Amino acid sequence: MSQPDAEIVQFDNVGLRYGTGKEILADISFTLYPGRFYFLTGASGAGKTSLLKLLYLSQRPSRGLIRLFGTDAITLPRERLPGFRRRIGVVFQDFRLVSHLSAFDNVALPLRVAGVSEKDITRPVSEMLDWVGLGDRQHARPATLSGGEQQRVAIARAVIARPDMLVADEPTGNVDPDMALKLLRLFESLNRLGTTVVVATHDVHLIRKVPESLIMRLDKGRLSDPTGALRYPPRRPAATGAAAPPPL
Amino acid sequence: MGFLSALLQRWRGSAATGDPRLLPEAQLTGPMPWVIAIMIAMTVVAAASGLALRNAASTASADLEGGVTVQIVTAAPAERLRQSAGVLKALRAAPEVAEARQVAQEELNNLVEPWLGTRPGDDVEALPIPALIDVRLKGAATPSRLAALRAIIVPEAPSARVDAQAGWLAPVFAAIGAMQWMAGGLIALLAFATISAVLLASRNALGNHRETIEIVHMLGGTDRQIARVFQRSMAFDAAAGGLAGLLLGIVTIVALSRQFAGLGSGMVAGAVLRWPDWIVIAAIPLAGVGLAVLTARLTVLAALRRML
Repeated sequence: MSQPDAEIVQFDNVGLRYGTGKEILADISFTLYPGRFYFLTGASGAGKTSLLKLLYLSQRPSRGLIRLFGTDAITLPRERLPGFRRRIGVVFQDFRLVSHLSAFDNVALPLRVAGVSEKDITRPVSEMLDWVGLGDRQHARPATLSGGEQQRVAIARAVIARPDMLVADEPTGNVDPDMALKLLRLFESLNRLGTTVVVATHDVHLIRKVPESLIMRLDKGRLSDPTGALRYPPRRPAATGAAAPPPL
Repeated sequence: MGFLSALLQRWRGSAATGDPRLLPEAQLTGPMPWVIAIMIAMTVVAAASGLALRNAASTASADLEGGVTVQIVTAAPAERLRQSAGVLKALRAAPEVAEARQVAQEELNNLVEPWLGTRPGDDVEALPIPALIDVRLKGAATPSRLAALRAIIVPEAPSARVDAQAGWLAPVFAAIGAMQWMAGGLIALLAFATISAVLLASRNALGNHRETIEIVHMLGGTDRQIARVFQRSMAFDAAAGGLAGLLLGIVTIVALSRQFAGLGSGMVAGAVLRWPDWIVIAAIPLAGVGLAVLTARLTVLAALRRML
């Protein structure tokens, strides 16, 4: 277990608004520690996707402080963003697969972007696709895959480069319960290897299958406990383990 | 461009090996190769014209550089003959004169024939046509040398006129110079038009692939990686267009040179392209590719900088 002071993400009074509209997120403060498994819950429209966008550096906040991997992400020079993004695996809610690439090439994309040689790409990508049950669909384009298959390709792409942090937005929304559980086990495996996992989901059953997980709940753009009493993880997490998830 | 297209597709395929296949490679179906082909063809013709004009001017200038014409304008034939002989003798004795030759009466008659005619009854020899002495100096006919020549000639023929031959063609050289500037201006305009076309094509491609670019950014792709894909695509289009444009331009040059060769004019005969000129012409498509790639790179990088 990592030391409490070695936080991987720190949000402090973060707010987000688009244009001159009202704040989508307001007064968001939390800290994520390395090697933990976090769920982000909340009703539709609560701001989960917007919060994740801030996490994977797709959006800059309107106010507040964000520290990522020990660095101020607000003032991070643009040329350093790719290096940080390579440390974050993202499963987008709408998958965002590259339409002209095959399932294999989509999964290989993070490795190619990182400059991994072709000979070191083929085997891990094939194994990953086998693992998510798409070994026989390697050459299929996204348009020919079902929603569930596309989601599995998106997950394989997010985890193939063994990121320091995995951010997944409703990653099991389009798969059957067996596959959802299997994907959850994949996330847990990664988590055990040290990857911090943040999963946004409505699925209570999914959350209860990871008892060691920590839960953040968003309500209308705010973390549900503004006093910080339910801030996850607690400011001083117990040395023996994580806090138990509260009733949802 | 069927075969060319197939060849380039194979080339693209091999070039793409080992690169992040971030964006779909453009096919040779867009207008870009054709736009560049037209631009390069026009640039090749403009450049060839400018170079040929320069060569014509250079050849004529070299021929006339040391040429001086002395006119003995005395009306009395016997006196004209006497003065001519005296001047010729004095000139041949002058150290800076390489050659001095009296233009034969028959040549003079031929020169004035188009204006005075040769019909029965015409008596060209009755006209007081000046005696002409064609002088070649050892160097260029500078004003100081002309003055020195006059000093030699005037004692023998006080009314003689001494003119540098290059001076007669000064307006022609000025016109050729202006045409060369025009050719240069045309090339600059074509380069500007090429840059504009590439800029528009790059922006259009960026718009078409915006979603993919965002995904690649989110996966940690750098602006340079993305720009390289656009550069490579533009390089292929520009290379195909440049090659086609070069061939089209050369065909046009050859056709034009045959037309001008038929004129048989002395000055036009000097308007030929030499092998260094052909190297310049062959370099035009390469310059076009470089310009297109650089424009695409700068356009894409500038646009990407506006994205997070």
